[in-house]
Amino acid sequence: MTMTDPQQTSSVETAASSTTTAKIFNFPLNAWYVAAWDYELTNKGLLARTVCGKPLALWRTSDGRPVALADACWHRLAPLSKGRILPGDEVQCPYHGLQFNSAGRCTKMPAQQTINPSAAVPSYPAVERHRYVWVWLGDPDLADPDTIPDMHQMASDEWAGDGKTIHAKCNYQLILDNLMDLTHEEFVHSSSIGQEELSEAEFNTTHDENSVTVTRWMRDIDPPPFWLKNIRDRFPGYEGKVDRWQIVRFQAPSTICIDVGVAKAGTGAPEGDRSQGVNGYVMNTITPETDRTSHYFWAFMRNYRLESQTITTQLREGVHGVFGEDEEMLMAQQQAIDANPEHEFYSLNIDMGGMWVRRILERMMQAEGRDTRA
Amino acid sequence: MAAENKKVWHTVTVESNDEVAEGIRRIVLRYPTRQKAKPGTHVDLEVPQPSGETLSRSYSIVDVDPTGHLIALSVLKVKASRGGSAAMHTLSAGTSLRATEPLQNFPLGVGASRYVLVAGGIGVTALVGMAAVLKARGADYEMVYVGRSRDVMAYLSELEAEHGDRLRVYAEGSALDVDALLDEIAADTRAASTELYLCGPIRLMDEVRRGWEHHGLPATNLRFETFGNSGSWAPQDFIVRIPRLGVEARVDANTTMLEALESLGVEMMFDCRKGECGLCEVRVLELDGQVDHRDVFLSRTQREEGTRMCSCVSRVVAAGTPVREDPEDETVDLEAAARNPGVVTIETT
Repeated sequence: MTMTDPQQTSSVETAASSTTTAKIFNFPLNAWYVAAWDYELTNKGLLARTVCGKPLALWRTSDGRPVALADACWHRLAPLSKGRILPGDEVQCPYHGLQFNSAGRCTKMPAQQTINPSAAVPSYPAVERHRYVWVWLGDPDLADPDTIPDMHQMASDEWAGDGKTIHAKCNYQLILDNLMDLTHEEFVHSSSIGQEELSEAEFNTTHDENSVTVTRWMRDIDPPPFWLKNIRDRFPGYEGKVDRWQIVRFQAPSTICIDVGVAKAGTGAPEGDRSQGVNGYVMNTITPETDRTSHYFWAFMRNYRLESQTITTQLREGVHGVFGEDEEMLMAQQQAIDANPEHEFYSLNIDMGGMWVRRILERMMQAEGRDTRA
Repeated sequence: MAAENKKVWHTVTVESNDEVAEGIRRIVLRYPTRQKAKPGTHVDLEVPQPSGETLSRSYSIVDVDPTGHLIALSVLKVKASRGGSAAMHTLSAGTSLRATEPLQNFPLGVGASRYVLVAGGIGVTALVGMAAVLKARGADYEMVYVGRSRDVMAYLSELEAEHGDRLRVYAEGSALDVDALLDEIAADTRAASTELYLCGPIRLMDEVRRGWEHHGLPATNLRFETFGNSGSWAPQDFIVRIPRLGVEARVDANTTMLEALESLGVEMMFDCRKGECGLCEVRVLELDGQVDHRDVFLSRTQREEGTRMCSCVSRVVAAGTPVREDPEDETVDLEAAARNPGVVTIETT
């Protein structure tokens, strides 16, 4: 990678060509990203996954600690992920048998009695939290697990649910844009969660240094099919209007948890009493794979009927269907972006949340001396 | 701890060149672009020679200024300089030369419960940055700094001021007892998670490496860097013969066996040229004198077998040459070598 002088960058830019709307958005490296679901890492075999353009070999030590090594042997760069885990928590290269420990240090070389002192593969900080394994590819001295985004609903006695992974063929920022502005539900998800009131309702946006919140309330409306089903799971046979909310909260670099739900209209949900409603959390965390592909990890958690696996499965599959519509749109959008290199983005007022996200990410990249444009 | 080993070259200019200890100069290079230099990194330089040619040399990075443009190295002038350090010492401000971006072969790990840094002489240059990072991390660390006398120990007062009790200095008669240090490390409850980073003369490195193994400490927790330029004897001229090729060469004290053979047109295999990879290994058929092994490729057992040596860094000294007391004394013993030069007969690959 070439280093860029930030002073040079700013001197060639004019105010008109803001990089905040860069179409292919770069990613900060001094940040935690989800590499995998907790169950994907084992002590039996290695998982190959690329995060932020860096191929990783992911596995667990015998005491369960997650490990992320660069997926290329020190010697001739054969992928370690095609190798195996040996007793003693070492990984053996599939090609010439060099062995590496969980810190990435070579412990064995073939046909010689010493080990080259420079023999190591990069080992990246890896932490398991909220049912995910998070990795940090930037400066390891800055890797503070306390800065992992709050997704506590993922592993809590008060919430139940499940999710999946989408391999999205688009830049990760397009997914963040998508989630920060749910107006699109009216058009992309018209058969499940979309309704006209989405684009009619006012929304409120706030931000701080590393989070953005977009709040939208729709009062006294007919519940769309998805929410009618959910409220009836809790209040069988319910008919009538609802108050619906969407509180979208971004946490840097790429986690968006959306507090969603409906309550019987006029029962006080907007004022804080949600007892006559159903509440879900859409947990989204997006990891750049390359500049044009992303790992999109999501789950839908609910705080009612916790005992029902049927509802867990129905919600997971239902949201899977809804997100399939997004996946298709995002891929088509990425293709159109690449097919129109001379066209730039324009913004609408509904992009407020997404633009604050972009601004926060841009600042993080500036602090690392990296360009916003990938 | 990425292995950043791709060489990206820049034309840099000498910002300053000042003596920081007897025989040691701090040379600051200005890079045209912002650089990141993690602890343990070095740069490769094309060092200009009076002849107009350049010599390729590696130097550890001591520090980088906050702008990322000024990288400081420190260079010990060896008395029998192979041409690198003497030329570096005379570089004046404003001089341009070619230099790589920081390269990493000696990364500082994260997460150890205890760190011990052992610096011998000019080897301190590779460890100054590590100590600073460990302090900033709030890690549990100690630094041991060994030298002949305080006035030849670079950065000594700065390190004392910065690290206080965490720094142990052995100089002017107070010798480091390696065994006692390793006893103490091995007896500590954190022994299995203690990492030792070592950079210094080959004899100190050999002693620590042997002791580390002897104490049963985990091999991967001992990290060291060597540029293959220190041995048990001062370099002197010797003769190398390859009967199969009918080649005989005098390797002078400023040249390596590999360089001498290359200059005669012998096609040699090599890669790292610093005694790590083993590709330039040659078979020793006959020896008059002693091999001064300066590599870290051959094991102790293999050295004792006496049948091979790494031609990139290892040398031959005349029989009976006394082992030098000061590991950084590179004075060529011209008289001994002239009287009765060592002779090694080898076979190449």
